[in-house]
Amino acid sequence: MLKLSKSDYLALRQHGEETYPHECCGVLLGRFDDSGAKIVSRVVRCGNTRADSPHNRYNIDPRDLFRIEREGRERGEDVVGYYHSHPDHPAKWSTTDLAEAHWCFGRSFVITSVEKGKAVLTNSFELTGSDEADKKFVDEETEVV
Amino acid sequence: MAQIQIPSPLRQYSGKQASVDVPGKTVGEALAGLVSRHPDLKRHLYTDDGKLRAFVNVYVNDEDMRYLQKEATALKDGDTISIVPSIAGGCRL
Repeated sequence: MLKLSKSDYLALRQHGEETYPHECCGVLLGRFDDSGAKIVSRVVRCGNTRADSPHNRYNIDPRDLFRIEREGRERGEDVVGYYHSHPDHPAKWSTTDLAEAHWCFGRSFVITSVEKGKAVLTNSFELTGSDEADKKFVDEETEVV
Repeated sequence: MAQIQIPSPLRQYSGKQASVDVPGKTVGEALAGLVSRHPDLKRHLYTDDGKLRAFVNVYVNDEDMRYLQKEATALKDGDTISIVPSIAGGCRL
């Protein structure tokens, strides 16, 4: 379960509209509650370093990930997930999304389909498994409060 | 001693510790000490032939070790090592 405020939900969708026809990406900071649900407290935009293919690939600069994680730690926040957009493509994880997801088990991967510049569907998937051999995405309920 | 920050998804393999103090003169020695103490971490950080996985980014204080001396980067007491996975993907198959 992923819980986020309406403003955070709209913010990550708007990011995808602004970067259309390119993929947007960012980090979700927050905390894990006792049930394992993720409570988002902050949505942090990142740049997409895949200048070679930004309309269908994204990569977050590791230096940004490092900085965001450290600043979050100083505020008592953890990385609970990531988001990106799929321009004119379903809000569903691709084989590339899965191949590039590494040991972030328990974290959410939020994907928004952006069609002709407008955010349509936003879905969340949790990465489950124990290693590269058995990792998979499972559909995750999203609660916008 | 250097301190290695353990990312939350991997804390289940470090006895739930968020950070581990390890001896070592270099980053390579510190990471080796980490996986020696917590063997279940090894497969997540290293390939079967003992190389650090390409998607594992290692920072020494504020610097990516790739831009220093990589695993030969010297450490001093109080240094912090952070491990950050690459995050990428996209709708292309």
